[in-house]
Amino acid sequence: MIAFVIRRLFQALLVMLVVALIGFTMFRYVGDPVAQMVGQDTSLEDRAKLRQDLGLNDPVPLQFARFIGNTVQGKFGISYRIGRPVDELLADRLPATLELSLLAALFAIVVGVPLGVYTGLYPRRWLSHVFLTVSLIGISLPTFVIGILLILLFGVTLGWLPTFGRGETVDIGLWDTGLLTVSGWQSIIMPAFTLGMFQLALIMRLVRSEMLEVLRTDFVKFARARGLSNRAVHFGHALKNTLVPVITITGLQVGSLIAFAIITETVFQWPGMGLLFLQAIQFVDIPVMSTYLILVAFIFVAINLVVDLLYYVVDPRLRVERSGGGH
Amino acid sequence: MANPLLEVRNLRVEFPTRKGTLVAVDDISLSIAPGEVLGVVGESGAGKSMTGAAIIGLIEPPGRVADGQILLNGRRIDNLSYDEMRKIRGKEIGAIFQDPLTSLNPLYRVSEQLVETIMTHLDLTEKQARARALDLLKEVGIPAAEERLDHYPHQFSGGMRQRVVIALALCAEPRLIIADEPTTALDVSIQAQIITLLKRLCSEHQTAIMLVTHDMGVIAETADRVAVMYAGRIAEVGPVQDVIKRARHPYTEGLMGAIPTIGGRDDLLTQIDGSMPRLTAIPNGCAFHPRCPKVHFKCHTVRPDLIGDGSHSASCWLMEQQPAQGGSQ
Repeated sequence: MIAFVIRRLFQALLVMLVVALIGFTMFRYVGDPVAQMVGQDTSLEDRAKLRQDLGLNDPVPLQFARFIGNTVQGKFGISYRIGRPVDELLADRLPATLELSLLAALFAIVVGVPLGVYTGLYPRRWLSHVFLTVSLIGISLPTFVIGILLILLFGVTLGWLPTFGRGETVDIGLWDTGLLTVSGWQSIIMPAFTLGMFQLALIMRLVRSEMLEVLRTDFVKFARARGLSNRAVHFGHALKNTLVPVITITGLQVGSLIAFAIITETVFQWPGMGLLFLQAIQFVDIPVMSTYLILVAFIFVAINLVVDLLYYVVDPRLRVERSGGGH
Repeated sequence: MANPLLEVRNLRVEFPTRKGTLVAVDDISLSIAPGEVLGVVGESGAGKSMTGAAIIGLIEPPGRVADGQILLNGRRIDNLSYDEMRKIRGKEIGAIFQDPLTSLNPLYRVSEQLVETIMTHLDLTEKQARARALDLLKEVGIPAAEERLDHYPHQFSGGMRQRVVIALALCAEPRLIIADEPTTALDVSIQAQIITLLKRLCSEHQTAIMLVTHDMGVIAETADRVAVMYAGRIAEVGPVQDVIKRARHPYTEGLMGAIPTIGGRDDLLTQIDGSMPRLTAIPNGCAFHPRCPKVHFKCHTVRPDLIGDGSHSASCWLMEQQPAQGGSQ
C-alpha cells in the first residue's frame, strides 16, 4: 500500500515536472518576455539591464530550476495584461470556478448515479426510456446551447434567476464564497446545471451499462439464489461492483469540469478561471496561460491520485502485493 | 415415494422471441425424496439448468414458467410472489452454481457474504452469525478456517472457493440443494473432493440434492436416481444403476456407449449421429427420432410419454413393445 502510494506520488511528480517544462518553455520562448514587459520607447540598454535582472541570460537549466522554485512557492510572475501577480489573480478566481465545478459534479453524481441504477435495474420501464432520451439530449446538445436556452427561459422570459455573474459573495478568510447568500445560490443554479448536465448524462449511462453488465454476473445470480433482499443485491453486490469504472470516469470528469468550465463561464459571465484564461489567450498573457496550464495539470494529477487510492478502497484484489498474488 | 420433498408436475418453460415461442422445458415431471440425490443429465441446451432455475424461481425474463406446478413439501411455490419466493431461496432451497470463480462477489470478504446470508434467513445476532459462518467453513473442510474467514474470494483457490459456495448454500440448512454443474469448472482431482463433500454433507444433514450435470461419471458416483433429459423433455428416469446398466431409451444407450472406460478394449466409442435439435426446430413426434437407430413409423408422428414400471421409465415407444426388458446392453 505505502509502496504503491509512493510510486504513484513519484509518477505524479514526474508528470508535473514535464508540465512545468512546457509551462517554462511557453514563458521563456513564446514571444520575448522583455519586449512584453517594457514600453516601446525603452532603450536597448534598459532592455539589456532588465534581461540581466530577470536572469534571462543565465543558462537555461538554471532558469528552469528558478522557475520551478518560484512555482512551488506560488510565485507565478506578473500578468502582462493586468499587471498584478498571477497568484493573486488566481486566488480571486479560483473559488468561483471550484464552487461552480464542484456543485456541478455533485449534482451530476447525486442525480446521475441513482438514475443510472434505476435505468439499469428496470431497462424496460417507460420512465427509463424517458431518462435515457433526456440524457441523450444532455449528451448531444452543446453546453452553450443549453446555457443560452436556460438564460432565455429562466432569466429573460420568467425572470426568476439572474443571467450573469456570481451574485453577492461573502469573504471567509482566503475564500470568497457565493454559497452563503441567496443571490449567490440563485446565480449558481443555472451555470452548475448547464455544466453538470453532460456529466450527469455520462455518469448515468455509464452506471446503467455497468449495472446491466453486473446484474448478469454469476455472483449476482448466486446472491439472489441465496435469497438476499433486492436492496442487498442491487445496492450492495451490484452497485459496488460498478464503482471502479464509475470512479475513474467521474474523477476525470471532475478534472475537466474544473479545467474546462470555460464555455459555461463565458456564457454566464462567471468570474472564474476559465474567463481569466480566455482573456489571457486573447492578450497573449503568457504568465497567466502557463500558470493555468500548470494548475490544471496539478488538478488532474491530484484527482487521478485520489482515484487510484479509491480503487484500493473499493477493490480488495488490488491490495494483494504483487509477489503473493494470483492463484 | 410417499411424501416427496420436491415435486415438479408438467413443468413447461417458455421463451417468447420474435420468431415465436421457444419451449426450453417441455412437460417435465419429477420428484425428489428427502435426502435423495437426483442426477439430471443431458447435453447443453437440454433444459436441465432451466429446470433448476425454474425450481428456485430465477428464470431470467423474458423466460417464464408457462405451465405446470412446483411443490415443495406439498406447498405450491411456482406461483409465489418474488418476495415470498425470496424467503424460500437460500432458506429451504439452496443453490450451487457452476463456476466458483465467479459465484462469489469479489469485493466482499467471505465472512461478510456468509454473515449476510445467515442473517437474512436466521434470527441471529451478528456475533452468532459469524460463529455459524466459522462452523460452516470448518464443516466444508477449509483449513485454518478462523484465519480464512476474513479473506477475500480471490485469496482462495478454485476448489476452496467451491467449498465456500457450498457453505453459502448451506447457511440456513436448506432441505434441498440445486447443484448446477458444481464440478464442471474444477480439476478432476478437486471434482472428486467436492463430490465427496457434497455427498457427506447431504447425508449428515438429510439434504436432498438435484445434481445437474453433463458428466455421467459424477452422476454414477453420486446420485441415487437419474433423469436423462433431451430437447427439453425427460428421456429416461430411474435408479442410477438401472439406467446405467439397463438403459431403456436409445438416447441413454448412446450416452452410455460414449463414455470412455479405462482398460476398455474398444478404442472406438459409439457416437450418436447428428446433434440435438435447436429449440426452434424440434421435430414432430419423438424429438430424438431423426437420430435414433431404432426409429420406427410411430416415432415420426406421435410423441411418447414416460412409460415404465414405478421406478424406471423412459419416453420411448420401444417400451410399449418390450416393457420389461429394456434396450440392449
